[in-house]
Amino acid sequence: MQKVSKLTIFLFLLPALLIFSLYMVAPIPLSAFYSFFRWKGFGERVFVGLSNWVELIGDGIFHKALFNNFKLVFLSLFGQLPIALALAILLAKKTRITDILKTIYFVPLLMSSVAVATLWSNIYDPNFGLLNMFLQTIGFENLFIDYLGNPKLALYSVIVAINWRYIPFYMILFLAAIKNIPDELYEASRVDGASKWENFRYITLPLLRPTIINASVLSLVGSLKFFDIVYVLTGGGPNNASELMATYMYKNAFNSLRMGYGSTIALALFIIAFTFSIIFMKVTKKGAK
Amino acid sequence: MSKTAKIIVILLAGIWLLITLYPFIFMLQTSMKTNMEYFTTSVWAFPENISLDNYLTAMNSGFIRFYLNSLFVTITSLVIIIISASMAAYMIAKIDFKLSNSVFSFFLAGMMIPIHITLIPVYRMTQTMGLYDKLTGLIGPYVAFSLPISIFILTGFIAEIPRELEEAAYIDGANIFQIFTKIIFPLIKPAVSTVAIYNLVLLWNEFIYALVLISNPDKWNLTLGLWNFQGQYGTNVPMVMTGVMLSVLPLLLFYIFLQEKVIKGMTAGAVKG
Repeated sequence: MQKVSKLTIFLFLLPALLIFSLYMVAPIPLSAFYSFFRWKGFGERVFVGLSNWVELIGDGIFHKALFNNFKLVFLSLFGQLPIALALAILLAKKTRITDILKTIYFVPLLMSSVAVATLWSNIYDPNFGLLNMFLQTIGFENLFIDYLGNPKLALYSVIVAINWRYIPFYMILFLAAIKNIPDELYEASRVDGASKWENFRYITLPLLRPTIINASVLSLVGSLKFFDIVYVLTGGGPNNASELMATYMYKNAFNSLRMGYGSTIALALFIIAFTFSIIFMKVTKKGAK
Repeated sequence: MSKTAKIIVILLAGIWLLITLYPFIFMLQTSMKTNMEYFTTSVWAFPENISLDNYLTAMNSGFIRFYLNSLFVTITSLVIIIISASMAAYMIAKIDFKLSNSVFSFFLAGMMIPIHITLIPVYRMTQTMGLYDKLTGLIGPYVAFSLPISIFILTGFIAEIPRELEEAAYIDGANIFQIFTKIIFPLIKPAVSTVAIYNLVLLWNEFIYALVLISNPDKWNLTLGLWNFQGQYGTNVPMVMTGVMLSVLPLLLFYIFLQEKVIKGMTAGAVKG
């Protein structure tokens, strides 16, 4: 093979390395550095040692946000994945109808988070929203549920909107994996007299295992760093009821101009998301043996 | 299949169809109503007249600019992503050098970085570089967070290209730049289209960097524009729904024409970090 000089290699890698290092990698040590300061984002940076970290550990709102993130993780894993899997199985047999269904089911994934949130804020509107109107139409005439204004409901209402948006993604992922399973396996088991359920239990599910694990990791990591639909729909409210780590970080940094504390939250988010995805991957790998 | 199983399947398919489709029907019919009509008639009712007045108003109150801004940022970023990612992927996949694996892992590790940790430093950097409130200021972060997955997809694809093709060109006297532009790049078009579609959907819908790096209404992209539009028209539900429709329409049309490719592109992004 031809000799390629070190300089040529370097020049080919340079644009990607430069942009990636500057915007994705350098910010990590920079955030760590900022977390030791009190700083408005402009003007003087005051060194405060570990006091941001001490504040974070005792910050009730951060605890609440972290707990909400875990609720989101749990309800995404057990809300999105089973429904997505059921829909994928339903679409696995290629017919005209399943083709049309697949096309339509996919559409929410094309919407921006802002569009999804705007739509759902109108679905949830207590007076004129679709959901309450629907409940009234089917007979619950005096029902006025304030889905986003009630602190007990806000987080769950937001999670329903999130699931609506992301189920199509996992559905497509599972569907692609199901289509990769060779037909011969099902034919062989049909000859052996296996039922549909047995096919699913002993062929489809085991072969989907890597995809299910992959999807779980994506869902876990995505839920730990979730931001936009929540930010647009409730802003983390009412009274921090639907606060997540990322919304709390954003509000501290860019609304209250507490850049130092914001960096501390961001770093904590990074460490938590990183640790949990590593643990999750280790555990699922072990289980696979 | 047993009868009950069949009923369950049809029920599930139907319910999910309704849950997915009805919100769009609602948006479409509401966007054609006047505000008065919306509050005085049933939410389920069809509009009295098919009218595109709301669409005209929305287009004139900013959406044309939002489209142009998003288009500029998305296309420019895509071009830079495709060029820089395929150049890097070519080195990683085909050329033996000592740090090849380390460079690859370095990029892949980027998939584990939540963008929130970059927000404050990127905000500061953008200000220092004089790019705050400029559309070009979005391109750096957009390219950076798209690179890991793009390099991953392209490296996998380039690695499959048989060596003989490059060797033949080399013997014919082509240098490495010519091999890259004339041999490799034309061959990786399918992977490039996957990368382009995946990043197009992501960048077109991007919100958080725009929120942090742009405040001037002249520079709002589509998501930022829609966000402010719904704040401005708050209680005018038909107008807000028009805004949502306008924000979804371009990708929806794109999807109608390139359905299988879009679905494939979106799944390609499903790689665990």
